[in-house]
Amino acid sequence: MDLKLKIWRQKNQNTKGKFVTYPVSNISKDSSFLEMMDVLNESLIAKDEEPIAFDHDCREGICGCCSLYINGRPHGPDEKITVCQLHMRKFKDGETVVIEPWRARPFPVIKDLIVDRTAFDKIITEGGYISVNTGNAADASVIPISKEDADLSFDAAACIGCGACVAACKNASAMLFVSAKISQFALLPQGRIEAKQRVDSMISKMDELGFGSCTNTGACEAECPKGITLTNIARLNREFIKAKVG
Amino acid sequence: MANFFTSSIGKKLMMALAGLFLSIFLLVHLGLNSLLVIFDSTDKFNIAAHFMGTNILIKIFEVVLFGGFLLHIIYGIIVQIYNWIARPVSYKVSNNAQSSFFSKYMIHTAAIIFAFLVIHLSDFYFKAKFFGGVEEISIHGKEMHNLGALVIAKFQMSGFVIFYVLSILFLGFHLLHGFQSAFQTLGLNHKTYTPIIYGAGIIFSIIVVVGYSLIPILIYFIR
Ligand code: SF4
Ligand code: FES
Repeated sequence: MDLKLKIWRQKNQNTKGKFVTYPVSNISKDSSFLEMMDVLNESLIAKDEEPIAFDHDCREGICGCCSLYINGRPHGPDEKITVCQLHMRKFKDGETVVIEPWRARPFPVIKDLIVDRTAFDKIITEGGYISVNTGNAADASVIPISKEDADLSFDAAACIGCGACVAACKNASAMLFVSAKISQFALLPQGRIEAKQRVDSMISKMDELGFGSCTNTGACEAECPKGITLTNIARLNREFIKAKVG
Repeated sequence: MANFFTSSIGKKLMMALAGLFLSIFLLVHLGLNSLLVIFDSTDKFNIAAHFMGTNILIKIFEVVLFGGFLLHIIYGIIVQIYNWIARPVSYKVSNNAQSSFFSKYMIHTAAIIFAFLVIHLSDFYFKAKFFGGVEEISIHGKEMHNLGALVIAKFQMSGFVIFYVLSILFLGFHLLHGFQSAFQTLGLNHKTYTPIIYGAGIIFSIIVVVGYSLIPILIYFIR
């Protein structure tokens, strides 16, 4: 299939970027979106041009690196997948595909389509962990946990920190990400010990870094590749209230 | 330590609480208005309005009410400004179809409602309270403002009725997202109750829009 790609090119953080149009041809319908990008980059290298910088690592939907905003949607036109899991058969022959980096003040563009997501790491550093004594791992059945809570916690832990929620949100809010990181611990007894301090510091960090606030629009939930739901944001709000008033 | 009032969630909690409080006020106000169409004479409405304007408890409540408005408006503007700043470069193509429609236009419906509120207050409330120019009437030997006559006179003007009904429609759009959104912000999200809250929000918005619109329309056509 043949496509017209409109891609954001930006030399570095301090330069102004612009869209450049690249035609690509003979792309297999069965190839992945990133393979298509590889083909384009090979041809650019062959012509002695600078290849397009884009983030990727595992290429199997678990690392959260690949972060392209394709035709108005983070991770492109498919449900619950990352860009590396996106297939070219989702596009029509001859289609124009616009590829942009995530847009958010706390995620500055480093080069072309790559943004700096250190902001997420900074939020995690503020409390996205539990403190346990080292030594032998405790027997798994020592602390009983209800199946329902264990499942909900596991669902929250599926967040890969890709940032699609921030990219999709009209306020560039990181609430879905933070709510997943809070929920995975809030639901378990091991996470309760530092619960108050965790939500307090993670939220102040989130605000300080300049993410917007949640207006319950639901774009994040619709675009999250891992199916993190808004119920986690409600839990985060409850945790915040508990930490402040309870 | 995140300060409750300056943190993003704290601001939203204040907005949610104030918003729900204002929603209750909408029902009280609607109840009073309905006196104008339920009874043939405006006496009942005037007596109720007089009571609302003079009773000491209601006067205290009035201050709380204005506080609620201010809180909701000021926090709303602050949150919106931060949200705009959070995305300095916008997308070339953005497809927002994935999110709930009215939630995207809260600040816009809010601006319309605010403009309406200012006009509405200076038409009735400020006029009776400060500007003067509302005629007096004596009901059961008590002197009071004839607000009923003022309202009915206003609702004889087709332009005013249209402006009023349109503003109420935008209020309905605001409530359609705002009502259920407030519960989510307060952390009240539940498998069985959330769909009920959604439904209640829709019904509440319809009651407000239909109720508030019907009164001027009825007065325009019947009186
Ligand atoms: S919540 Fe979903 S969209 Fe947001 S970072 Fe986690 S996996 Fe990505
Ligand atoms: S490259 Fe790892 S999730 Fe896509």
